[in-house]
Amino acid sequence: MASAASSSTTSASTLPEVRGASIATLAEGVRAGRWKARDLTEAYLDRVARLDGALGTYLLVDGERARRRASAIDAARVEGRPLGPLAGVPIALKDIFITRDIETTCASKILRGFHPPYESTPSQRLADAGTVMLGKLNMDEFAMGSSNENSSRGTVKNPWSLAHVPGGSSGGSAAAVAASLCAGALGTDTGGSIRQPAALCGVVGIKPTYGRVSRHGVVAFASSLDHPGPFGRTVDDVATLLEVIAGPDPMDATSIPTPVGRYREAVRAGSQAGIAGVRVGVPAEYFGAGMDAEVESAVRAAIAEVERAGANVVPVSLPNTKYAIATYYLICTAEASSNLARYDGVRFGYRTPDAHSLEELYTRTRGEGFGWEPKRRIMLGTYVLRAGYYEAYYGKALKARRLLADDFAAAFARCDVMLTPTSPIPAFRFGEKTADPLQMYLADVMTVAANLAGIPALSQCCGFTRAGLPIGLQVMGPPLGEEAVFRVAGAYEARTDWHRRLPEDPRASGGVA
Amino acid sequence: MSRIRPEEVREIAVLARLALDDEEIARMTQDLDAILGYVAALGELDTTATLPMTHAVPFDCPLREDVVTVALPVDAALANAPQREASFFRVPRIVPSAGAPSGAMTAGTPPEEG
Repeated sequence: MASAASSSTTSASTLPEVRGASIATLAEGVRAGRWKARDLTEAYLDRVARLDGALGTYLLVDGERARRRASAIDAARVEGRPLGPLAGVPIALKDIFITRDIETTCASKILRGFHPPYESTPSQRLADAGTVMLGKLNMDEFAMGSSNENSSRGTVKNPWSLAHVPGGSSGGSAAAVAASLCAGALGTDTGGSIRQPAALCGVVGIKPTYGRVSRHGVVAFASSLDHPGPFGRTVDDVATLLEVIAGPDPMDATSIPTPVGRYREAVRAGSQAGIAGVRVGVPAEYFGAGMDAEVESAVRAAIAEVERAGANVVPVSLPNTKYAIATYYLICTAEASSNLARYDGVRFGYRTPDAHSLEELYTRTRGEGFGWEPKRRIMLGTYVLRAGYYEAYYGKALKARRLLADDFAAAFARCDVMLTPTSPIPAFRFGEKTADPLQMYLADVMTVAANLAGIPALSQCCGFTRAGLPIGLQVMGPPLGEEAVFRVAGAYEARTDWHRRLPEDPRASGGVA
Repeated sequence: MSRIRPEEVREIAVLARLALDDEEIARMTQDLDAILGYVAALGELDTTATLPMTHAVPFDCPLREDVVTVALPVDAALANAPQREASFFRVPRIVPSAGAPSGAMTAGTPPEEG
């Protein structure tokens, strides 16, 4: 539109540098009238247009809708109408969030062309707060993966090194925030899919307590393990987004009725007043064999820093940790095989072109529409739920899940939060772990237990390898212990400057990996 | 010793309504065998006195007033249908017509036998 160019040139001088900008700064400037929402949106859309060819984070950019929305916010401000707390802040969504009239695919062929008739609760709450949604972000197909290599629509590159994966399954969300292609983003975490990519891309992400954020309109993978949550550049940004999206929702029977905590206040308390007397648990089992030496030393240094901030570090034990991955894969595949039964070519999405019977319509649509990882998980899930195997596999996993949750309950009797690495290794190279499914699954060894127990867990940057790849620190809390998590994360961030480092912009022409 | 045989994988594929070709069956057998070998470690756990845990957070099934609310309009519900007819999702024939062995139609074309 003609007005786009003129409005961005007339007031471009007042715009802040959006690369590395925090949500708080951007929102405050819009509210105060220092810059226009429209100009901010143009600035991010311009970065996406120039840089995303090299990174592949967006599956869909909805520039027209974003510009219209941003202009409406500017008009509302001029007319003195009330603005949402995040008015004009450009954000983006993992393509697992249902968006009304905007294609939602979960990066799967089976959902190509799906234009949902309704909006997810988390994305609606972000919109109600005034954010401008720029587009939908790449991911592992149906959130199944730890490297974003399982997308049916191309890989996402890690902004810190284009030869390395961004992590997964919310790889697009983490990489887009790291590269300042949006100010904040939403993702989902079923076994680490927010925290692991946040760690590998050097940004902040939190998986809150199960039920704290509504799952309404979030495409289901494993319903008892799926957690929507935010990504941001700073702990405060993530606290801000979580305050907006959290809270009870009549559309999700598992959402928690408890009022939402004051997360930003907790961050402020931690960064300003410190964390004297806070008991920080360090579980020995999370520092075992197979951990990268640089990751271990960075996380140990972070624990020492937290101790200097006033915390009491106490050793704790989570003795059943070594069973977490097996438990997780039995439960998540069982639930996935049930949830993914709905993709049958009848009501929406892909339908095989030449089925001669309804049975064939189902089997061929699914055989042609799903990629290998969803197929493998549907098959494993169907197997473990099968009569005769149910008790030995699924039933056993549900009991192991209880033991893992009991481990956390016992440990949290002795501490307020726990600190661990988020991932035992920094970002790995494309293709490095695709041959062996177990190798990829083991990338989640530090994150899956929090999903099984439903406890809040955050990842923030705590250093870089010599090769320049980010390292993630995981802060876990007891159920509904988000405020304790934010307090400690805020204290750590205030004493370090890892979060201020930015990756170089990739070369604008793109494609050089 | 393998934990799962190709014939069993074929049976599971039928249950899962997944069309897999021979090559996929072979690859799937290998993959599932490796994963089942790994998860067998859970057998070491003593769970005789452990109750299964299906959800992380205990919750009461919330109830709401039994009142009529706005439902998705039919056209919106059908807007994504690969094929629709009137207010229905259209699929290939389910019940074989008299004289035809099974639903002998192509998705999208009306049954030739009428």
